[in-house]
Amino acid sequence: MKSRFIYLMPLLIFIGLFIVVFIRLQMPIDPHEIPTALLNQPIPQFEITLLNNEKQSLSTKDFMGHVSILNVWATWCVTCREDHELLMKLAKSEPLIIYGLNYKDSKQESLAWLARLGNPYRKVGFDQQGRVAIDWGVYGTPETFIIDKTGLIRYRHTGPLTESVWKKEIKPLIVELQA
Amino acid sequence: MKIKNILLLITSIFLMTQVYYAAAVTTDIYPFKNTQQEERFSVLLQNLRCLVCQNQNLADSNAPLAEDLRQQIYEMVIKGDSDDEIIKYLLKRYGKFILFKPDLDPNTYLLWIGPFILFLMAGIAFGRFVYRRRM
Repeated sequence: MKSRFIYLMPLLIFIGLFIVVFIRLQMPIDPHEIPTALLNQPIPQFEITLLNNEKQSLSTKDFMGHVSILNVWATWCVTCREDHELLMKLAKSEPLIIYGLNYKDSKQESLAWLARLGNPYRKVGFDQQGRVAIDWGVYGTPETFIIDKTGLIRYRHTGPLTESVWKKEIKPLIVELQA
Repeated sequence: MKIKNILLLITSIFLMTQVYYAAAVTTDIYPFKNTQQEERFSVLLQNLRCLVCQNQNLADSNAPLAEDLRQQIYEMVIKGDSDDEIIKYLLKRYGKFILFKPDLDPNTYLLWIGPFILFLMAGIAFGRFVYRRRM
Protein backbone atom coordinates (compact mmCIF):
# COMPACT_ATOMS: atom_id res chain seq x y z
CA MET A 1 0.00 0.00 0.00
CA LYS A 2 2.76 2.38 0.99
CA SER A 3 4.82 1.72 -2.11
CA ARG A 4 1.84 2.40 -4.35
CA PHE A 5 1.52 5.83 -2.80
CA ILE A 6 5.15 6.52 -3.68
CA TYR A 7 4.45 5.78 -7.33
CA LEU A 8 1.63 8.27 -7.24
CA MET A 9 3.88 11.03 -5.89
CA PRO A 10 5.12 12.39 -9.24
CA LEU A 11 1.55 12.69 -10.49
CA LEU A 12 0.46 14.44 -7.29
CA ILE A 13 3.39 16.85 -7.46
CA PHE A 14 2.57 17.57 -11.07
CA ILE A 15 -1.09 18.28 -10.27
CA GLY A 16 0.01 20.50 -7.39
CA LEU A 17 2.34 22.51 -9.63
CA PHE A 18 -0.36 22.72 -12.28
CA ILE A 19 -2.83 24.21 -9.80
CA VAL A 20 -0.29 26.74 -8.46
CA VAL A 21 0.74 27.86 -11.94
CA PHE A 22 -2.85 28.01 -13.14
CA ILE A 23 -3.90 30.22 -10.24
CA ARG A 24 -0.89 32.50 -10.68
CA LEU A 25 -1.66 32.93 -14.37
CA GLN A 26 -5.24 33.91 -13.62
CA MET A 27 -4.17 36.61 -11.19
CA PRO A 28 -4.31 40.12 -12.61
CA ILE A 29 -0.60 40.82 -12.38
CA ASP A 30 0.78 43.37 -14.79
CA PRO A 31 4.27 42.22 -15.80
CA HIS A 32 5.05 45.77 -16.83
CA GLU A 33 4.90 46.92 -13.25
CA ILE A 34 8.47 46.69 -12.11
CA PRO A 35 9.20 46.96 -8.39
CA THR A 36 10.66 50.32 -7.50
CA ALA A 37 14.33 50.12 -6.62
CA LEU A 38 14.35 53.67 -5.30
CA LEU A 39 11.51 53.27 -2.81
CA ASN A 40 12.49 54.82 0.53
CA GLN A 41 15.77 55.94 -1.01
CA PRO A 42 16.90 59.55 -1.31
CA ILE A 43 16.06 61.21 -4.62
CA PRO A 44 18.96 61.35 -7.08
CA GLN A 45 21.33 64.28 -7.25
CA PHE A 46 20.37 66.18 -10.37
CA GLU A 47 19.93 69.57 -11.89
CA ILE A 48 18.10 70.33 -15.09
CA THR A 49 17.02 73.50 -16.88
CA LEU A 50 13.38 74.47 -16.89
CA LEU A 51 11.07 74.01 -19.83
CA ASN A 52 10.04 77.65 -19.83
CA ASN A 53 13.28 79.24 -18.70
CA GLU A 54 16.76 78.09 -19.63
CA LYS A 55 18.37 80.18 -16.93
CA GLN A 56 16.57 78.48 -14.07
CA SER A 57 16.65 74.90 -13.01
CA LEU A 58 14.87 72.11 -11.20
CA SER A 59 17.20 70.27 -8.85
CA THR A 60 17.45 68.05 -5.80
CA LYS A 61 17.26 71.10 -3.53
CA ASP A 62 13.73 71.89 -4.72
CA PHE A 63 12.44 68.75 -3.03
CA MET A 64 13.75 69.48 0.45
CA GLY A 65 11.63 70.70 3.34
CA HIS A 66 8.18 69.85 2.02
CA VAL A 67 6.18 66.98 0.60
CA SER A 68 6.16 67.09 -3.18
CA ILE A 69 4.97 65.24 -6.23
CA LEU A 70 7.05 64.65 -9.33
CA ASN A 71 5.12 63.80 -12.46
CA VAL A 72 7.02 62.57 -15.53
CA TRP A 73 5.12 63.45 -18.67
CA ALA A 74 5.32 64.07 -22.40
CA THR A 75 2.98 65.47 -25.03
CA TRP A 76 3.36 62.28 -27.10
CA CYS A 77 2.04 60.24 -24.21
CA VAL A 78 -1.70 59.74 -24.50
CA THR A 79 -2.27 58.71 -20.90
CA CYS A 80 -0.45 61.82 -19.72
CA ARG A 81 -3.37 63.93 -20.85
CA GLU A 82 -5.69 62.20 -18.39
CA ASP A 83 -3.08 62.61 -15.68
CA HIS A 84 -2.88 66.25 -16.58
CA GLU A 85 -6.59 66.77 -15.98
CA LEU A 86 -6.36 65.26 -12.52
CA LEU A 87 -3.20 67.22 -11.70
CA MET A 88 -4.94 70.45 -12.73
CA LYS A 89 -7.81 69.65 -10.42
CA LEU A 90 -5.45 68.80 -7.57
CA ALA A 91 -3.33 71.90 -8.10
CA LYS A 92 -6.48 73.99 -7.62
CA SER A 93 -8.03 72.14 -4.71
CA GLU A 94 -5.14 70.77 -2.66
CA PRO A 95 -2.18 72.40 -0.92
CA LEU A 96 0.36 70.52 -3.03
CA ILE A 97 3.71 71.20 -4.60
CA ILE A 98 3.78 69.47 -7.96
CA TYR A 99 6.90 69.36 -10.10
CA GLY A 100 6.99 68.08 -13.63
CA LEU A 101 9.66 66.36 -15.67
CA ASN A 102 9.09 66.73 -19.37
CA TYR A 103 10.46 63.55 -20.91
CA LYS A 104 12.03 63.24 -24.39
CA ASP A 105 9.76 65.82 -25.92
CA SER A 106 9.78 68.93 -28.07
CA LYS A 107 10.05 72.19 -26.18
CA GLN A 108 7.64 74.00 -28.48
CA GLU A 109 4.92 71.38 -28.26
CA SER A 110 5.28 71.04 -24.50
CA LEU A 111 4.96 74.77 -23.95
CA ALA A 112 1.94 74.85 -26.25
CA TRP A 113 0.35 72.00 -24.29
CA LEU A 114 0.77 73.84 -20.99
CA ALA A 115 -0.54 77.06 -22.51
CA ARG A 116 -3.59 75.28 -23.87
CA LEU A 117 -4.44 72.91 -21.02
CA GLY A 118 -3.07 74.81 -18.06
CA ASN A 119 0.02 74.39 -15.91
CA PRO A 120 -0.35 72.52 -12.61
CA TYR A 121 3.42 72.45 -12.03
CA ARG A 122 5.50 74.76 -9.89
CA LYS A 123 8.49 73.93 -12.06
CA VAL A 124 8.95 71.70 -15.10
CA GLY A 125 12.38 70.28 -15.90
CA PHE A 126 13.12 69.83 -19.60
CA ASP A 127 14.69 66.40 -20.02
CA GLN A 128 15.03 66.08 -23.75
CA GLN A 129 17.71 63.38 -23.58
CA GLY A 130 15.98 61.41 -20.84
CA ARG A 131 19.10 61.55 -18.66
CA VAL A 132 17.51 62.75 -15.46
CA ALA A 133 14.72 60.23 -16.00
CA ILE A 134 17.30 57.43 -15.95
CA ASP A 135 18.55 58.70 -12.59
CA TRP A 136 15.00 58.44 -11.27
CA GLY A 137 14.66 54.93 -12.69
CA VAL A 138 11.87 56.00 -15.03
CA TYR A 139 10.98 53.48 -17.73
CA GLY A 140 7.91 55.05 -19.25
CA THR A 141 5.41 57.86 -19.01
CA PRO A 142 3.44 58.77 -17.05
CA GLU A 143 5.19 58.10 -13.78
CA THR A 144 4.49 59.82 -10.51
CA PHE A 145 6.64 60.00 -7.41
CA ILE A 146 5.82 61.24 -3.92
CA ILE A 147 8.77 62.69 -2.06
CA ASP A 148 8.72 63.37 1.68
CA LYS A 149 10.12 66.38 3.51
CA THR A 150 13.56 64.86 3.85
CA GLY A 151 13.85 64.04 0.16
CA LEU A 152 13.06 60.33 0.34
CA ILE A 153 10.99 58.72 -2.39
CA ARG A 154 8.00 57.27 -0.56
CA TYR A 155 5.79 56.18 -3.41
CA ARG A 156 5.91 55.64 -7.12
CA HIS A 157 3.06 55.09 -9.49
CA THR A 158 3.54 53.97 -13.08
CA GLY A 159 0.75 54.49 -15.56
CA PRO A 160 -2.34 56.65 -15.33
CA LEU A 161 -3.24 58.44 -12.13
CA THR A 162 -6.89 57.76 -11.61
CA GLU A 163 -9.25 59.30 -9.06
CA SER A 164 -9.30 56.03 -7.17
CA VAL A 165 -5.49 55.77 -7.06
CA TRP A 166 -5.44 59.32 -5.78
CA LYS A 167 -8.10 58.75 -3.13
CA LYS A 168 -7.00 55.32 -1.96
CA GLU A 169 -3.23 55.50 -2.18
CA ILE A 170 -1.76 58.91 -2.75
CA LYS A 171 -3.89 61.24 -0.69
CA PRO A 172 -3.69 59.26 2.57
CA LEU A 173 0.07 59.02 2.17
CA ILE A 174 0.44 62.73 1.55
CA VAL A 175 -1.71 63.58 4.57
CA GLU A 176 0.45 61.25 6.66
CA LEU A 177 3.70 62.73 5.35
CA GLN A 178 2.57 66.30 5.77
CA ALA A 179 1.61 65.76 9.38
CA MET B 1 6.24 15.96 -56.40
CA LYS B 2 3.45 18.30 -55.40
CA ILE B 3 3.97 17.64 -51.72
CA LYS B 4 7.62 18.44 -52.14
CA ASN B 5 6.75 21.81 -53.67
CA ILE B 6 4.35 22.65 -50.90
CA LEU B 7 6.96 21.74 -48.32
CA LEU B 8 9.47 23.93 -50.10
CA LEU B 9 7.04 26.85 -50.07
CA ILE B 10 6.31 26.43 -46.37
CA THR B 11 10.01 26.25 -45.60
CA SER B 12 10.80 29.40 -47.55
CA ILE B 13 7.98 31.33 -45.89
CA PHE B 14 9.27 30.17 -42.54
CA LEU B 15 12.79 31.26 -43.43
CA MET B 16 11.61 34.68 -44.55
CA THR B 17 10.06 35.36 -41.19
CA GLN B 18 13.36 34.44 -39.59
CA VAL B 19 15.18 37.47 -40.91
CA TYR B 20 16.03 39.05 -37.61
CA TYR B 21 16.67 42.60 -36.96
CA ALA B 22 20.43 42.34 -36.51
CA ALA B 23 21.78 43.49 -33.15
CA ALA B 24 21.29 47.23 -32.95
CA VAL B 25 24.78 47.76 -31.69
CA THR B 26 27.15 48.62 -34.44
CA THR B 27 30.64 49.91 -34.09
CA ASP B 28 29.77 52.90 -36.26
CA ILE B 29 27.47 54.32 -33.62
CA TYR B 30 29.63 53.37 -30.67
CA PRO B 31 33.32 53.72 -31.54
CA PHE B 32 35.75 52.27 -29.02
CA LYS B 33 39.45 52.75 -28.48
CA ASN B 34 40.12 49.03 -28.16
CA THR B 35 38.40 45.73 -28.80
CA GLN B 36 38.39 44.91 -25.11
CA GLN B 37 36.03 47.78 -24.37
CA GLU B 38 33.89 46.86 -27.32
CA GLU B 39 33.66 43.29 -26.11
CA ARG B 40 32.69 44.40 -22.60
CA PHE B 41 30.07 46.74 -24.00
CA SER B 42 28.44 44.05 -26.07
CA VAL B 43 28.50 41.45 -23.28
CA LEU B 44 26.93 43.95 -20.88
CA LEU B 45 24.15 44.82 -23.31
CA GLN B 46 23.38 41.18 -23.97
CA ASN B 47 22.95 40.44 -20.28
CA LEU B 48 20.83 43.44 -19.38
CA ARG B 49 17.12 43.46 -19.83
CA CYS B 50 15.14 46.16 -21.55
CA LEU B 51 12.49 47.55 -19.21
CA VAL B 52 10.09 48.39 -22.01
CA CYS B 53 10.29 45.33 -24.27
CA GLN B 54 10.78 42.96 -21.42
CA ASN B 55 11.77 39.89 -23.37
CA GLN B 56 14.55 41.65 -25.20
CA ASN B 57 17.98 42.59 -23.99
CA LEU B 58 19.40 46.07 -24.24
CA ALA B 59 21.35 45.13 -27.36
CA ASP B 60 18.28 44.06 -29.32
CA SER B 61 15.61 46.46 -28.17
CA ASN B 62 14.56 49.41 -30.27
CA ALA B 63 12.79 51.17 -27.44
CA PRO B 64 13.96 54.75 -26.88
CA LEU B 65 14.80 53.95 -23.27
CA ALA B 66 17.04 51.09 -24.39
CA GLU B 67 18.78 53.50 -26.73
CA ASP B 68 19.37 55.93 -23.88
CA LEU B 69 20.66 53.18 -21.62
CA ARG B 70 23.00 51.95 -24.35
CA GLN B 71 24.37 55.47 -24.65
CA GLN B 72 24.75 55.73 -20.88
CA ILE B 73 26.55 52.38 -20.67
CA TYR B 74 28.73 53.31 -23.64
CA GLU B 75 29.85 56.49 -21.94
CA MET B 76 30.59 54.63 -18.72
CA VAL B 77 32.67 52.02 -20.55
CA ILE B 78 34.63 54.73 -22.35
CA LYS B 79 35.14 56.54 -19.06
CA GLY B 80 36.75 53.37 -17.70
CA ASP B 81 34.06 52.25 -15.25
CA SER B 82 34.21 48.56 -14.41
CA ASP B 83 31.40 46.12 -15.24
CA ASP B 84 30.58 45.98 -11.55
CA GLU B 85 30.22 49.73 -11.31
CA ILE B 86 27.99 49.85 -14.37
CA ILE B 87 25.74 47.08 -13.11
CA LYS B 88 25.56 48.69 -9.67
CA TYR B 89 24.57 51.96 -11.32
CA LEU B 90 21.69 50.25 -13.14
CA LEU B 91 20.63 48.14 -10.16
CA LYS B 92 20.33 51.24 -8.04
CA ARG B 93 17.88 52.78 -10.50
CA TYR B 94 15.98 49.87 -11.95
CA GLY B 95 16.43 47.05 -9.47
CA LYS B 96 17.15 43.41 -10.09
CA PHE B 97 14.63 43.31 -12.88
CA ILE B 98 17.29 44.61 -15.24
CA LEU B 99 19.41 41.48 -14.84
CA PHE B 100 18.55 38.77 -17.33
CA LYS B 101 20.31 36.17 -15.22
CA PRO B 102 18.88 36.31 -11.70
CA ASP B 103 21.59 36.48 -9.06
CA LEU B 104 21.78 34.19 -6.07
CA ASP B 105 19.84 35.64 -3.13
CA PRO B 106 17.26 34.26 -0.66
CA ASN B 107 14.49 34.97 -3.18
CA THR B 108 16.08 32.85 -5.86
CA TYR B 109 17.61 29.98 -3.84
CA LEU B 110 14.81 27.65 -4.89
CA LEU B 111 15.22 28.65 -8.51
CA TRP B 112 18.93 27.93 -8.50
CA ILE B 113 19.07 24.91 -6.21
CA GLY B 114 15.64 23.40 -6.94
CA PRO B 115 16.69 21.42 -10.02
CA PHE B 116 19.58 19.82 -8.12
CA ILE B 117 17.30 18.85 -5.25
CA LEU B 118 14.83 17.29 -7.69
CA PHE B 119 17.66 15.47 -9.41
CA LEU B 120 18.94 14.17 -6.10
CA MET B 121 15.47 12.99 -5.11
CA ALA B 122 15.02 11.22 -8.43
CA GLY B 123 18.45 9.60 -8.01
CA ILE B 124 17.60 8.31 -4.53
CA ALA B 125 14.25 6.98 -5.72
CA PHE B 126 15.89 5.26 -8.65
CA GLY B 127 18.63 3.83 -6.44
CA ARG B 128 16.09 2.40 -4.01
CA PHE B 129 14.09 0.94 -6.86
CA VAL B 130 17.10 -0.84 -8.31
CA TYR B 131 18.25 -2.01 -4.88
CA ARG B 132 14.86 -3.51 -4.08
CA ARG B 133 14.70 -5.34 -7.39
CA ARG B 134 18.00 -7.01 -6.60
CA MET B 135 16.83 -8.24 -3.25
